[in-house]
Amino acid sequence: MPERIEKALLSPQRYFLAGNIACAEGALAAGCRFYAGYPITPSSEIMEHMAKRLKEVGGFFIQMEDEIGSISACIGASWSGVKAMTATSGPGFSLMLEGIGYALMTETPIVIVNIQRQGPATGQATRPGQGDIMQARWGAHGDYRIIALSPWSVQEMYDLTILAFNLSERYRVPVILLGDEVIGHLKETLLVKPEVVIFDRNKEKGKPPFGGELIPPMPAFGEGEALLVTGSTHNEWGVRKVYHPEVQDRLNRRLCEKIDKNRGEIIRFETYFTEDCDICLIAFGITARSSYYAVDSLRKEGIKVGLFRPITIWPFPEEELKKIPARKILVCEMNCGQLINEVQRILPGKEILGLFKTKGEAIYPWEVMKKIEEIL
Amino acid sequence: MSRHLYKYLREEVFPTPFCPGCGHGILLQAILRAIDELSTSGHLDFTKMVFVSGIGCGAWIPSPHFKADTLHTLHGRAIAYATGVCLTRPDLKVVVISGDGDLAAIGGNHLIHAARRNLPLVVICANNSIYGMTGGQVSPTTPEGCLTETTPFGNEERPFDLCRLVKSCEADYVSRWTVFHTKPLIKAIVKALTSKGFSFIDVISPCVTQFGRRNRLFSIYDYFQEIKKVVISYEKAKVMGKGDLKGKIIIGEYD
Ligand code: SF4
Repeated sequence: MPERIEKALLSPQRYFLAGNIACAEGALAAGCRFYAGYPITPSSEIMEHMAKRLKEVGGFFIQMEDEIGSISACIGASWSGVKAMTATSGPGFSLMLEGIGYALMTETPIVIVNIQRQGPATGQATRPGQGDIMQARWGAHGDYRIIALSPWSVQEMYDLTILAFNLSERYRVPVILLGDEVIGHLKETLLVKPEVVIFDRNKEKGKPPFGGELIPPMPAFGEGEALLVTGSTHNEWGVRKVYHPEVQDRLNRRLCEKIDKNRGEIIRFETYFTEDCDICLIAFGITARSSYYAVDSLRKEGIKVGLFRPITIWPFPEEELKKIPARKILVCEMNCGQLINEVQRILPGKEILGLFKTKGEAIYPWEVMKKIEEIL
Repeated sequence: MSRHLYKYLREEVFPTPFCPGCGHGILLQAILRAIDELSTSGHLDFTKMVFVSGIGCGAWIPSPHFKADTLHTLHGRAIAYATGVCLTRPDLKVVVISGDGDLAAIGGNHLIHAARRNLPLVVICANNSIYGMTGGQVSPTTPEGCLTETTPFGNEERPFDLCRLVKSCEADYVSRWTVFHTKPLIKAIVKALTSKGFSFIDVISPCVTQFGRRNRLFSIYDYFQEIKKVVISYEKAKVMGKGDLKGKIIIGEYD
């Protein structure tokens, strides 16, 4: 079985460290042995930590000439049979999108960390934002499905990075970890468990690497398979078939179906006091932390508020959200309103309001509480 | 193509997409001859080679023709992908084959940085001085005055001398040949494949369809005549003045 239990790299105990460091350690625990990156605030600590730690564990590190080079090198490393990661922030993420599209088309497992800041453009380089969620979903050209995870704590920066690698290997898809500056730089307790569940890519000799089944096996270079890897439309053996409509159709559908049909296994979310809530907050990342606090305080006052927190932003936990009984929905996010569009699509006819903040600072709990009191 | 080279080819992908008279076919054969020479003498294992290419006619030389591990990447990024392969798998011989537009325009940054790092890569530039696949636009190696789809009044820009550029980054091995110099070209590829650091070979390859048609070189024979006129060896070029070298193609190993 490709799934196995591995001893944790760090000795199992409590640590006090920043989210970015936890992310790097999570990657190493998941088996990441290649990192290529380009410095950008507020994600650089991940790269700096990897530069040191990869040497210690016998991996490979390179600071590339730009973000395009970084994601390209990661894809090359992944086809060489090594688990690879890169980390960046908004502007660098924009540069990587073509490469993410290539990874989608060639079904290359890689992990891309985006520690979001306020944009557009250079924006607020050292300030948190949550404005890249739609870009993560739709940024690359063409039609596809993607997986994006949003951690809300240092613990989740570690756990979800491991999960990102496992999902990426299992479904042969690039996985995006969407953090933000607050989580990246926040220092809090991280509990490292003695064991990690690791998923290694499925290798089967002589089987077509790009079709035949929903998630085909993925051999590596140098294994005598004479692999044909191309970002152009290709058949199950990788042979370019750019003038064959049915080949494109089959390939494109499978790229979507392998995520769609496995939604149940991919989707992760959390609810807090949602069984009887009148108002349900929907928030992710650091914003969910403030919302969580607001729910706690308001519940003490007898106000029936709940929280729905998508952990997989993509695919979005649609069916699960539909089950929430709330009368009103309040979507809190650090942008001018992005996730709210998705929520409106999923819950037509419901009263859906938004609390948006783009000042480059987190949404504070009292801001959430004030908004709820306004709309009660 | 010589029969004994068929074992390196995916015959199922034939016929080749190259136009009749395209120099890339000769280059393809030269690469395979060099590989064959090294494999028969036991210095190279074809199953331990990875061929990386970008986008364009030149990128089609290895992908899908070669029956080996091939990575056909995004436009301009071949060297960056190859960087990931050669760092993680030092047991594999990584060869990048792509065109001048791919390696020197959009991919120029990766080219100079890979050369600066002296990565164990072999980079072969199928240099036809034009964008063949996209319909004949100017490239960073189009000679001054030449006609292309985007320089209808003649190219006003100075072209890159890719060998001098890469040499200035202190790459291990740098040389230039044309596809009409097959013997020394094969030798050069053998040398590149056996050297340790970054090797770069600039191969002047005629594009009859896009470059030739616009610049009065209507056949591979016309090309050959033209190249005979302007080609000059590196040794000779050393003692010549800058003015005399204008419009010349300097071939040989760069030291
Ligand atoms: S367009 Fe030019 S370079 Fe491309 S295949 Fe035809 S002749 Fe060769």
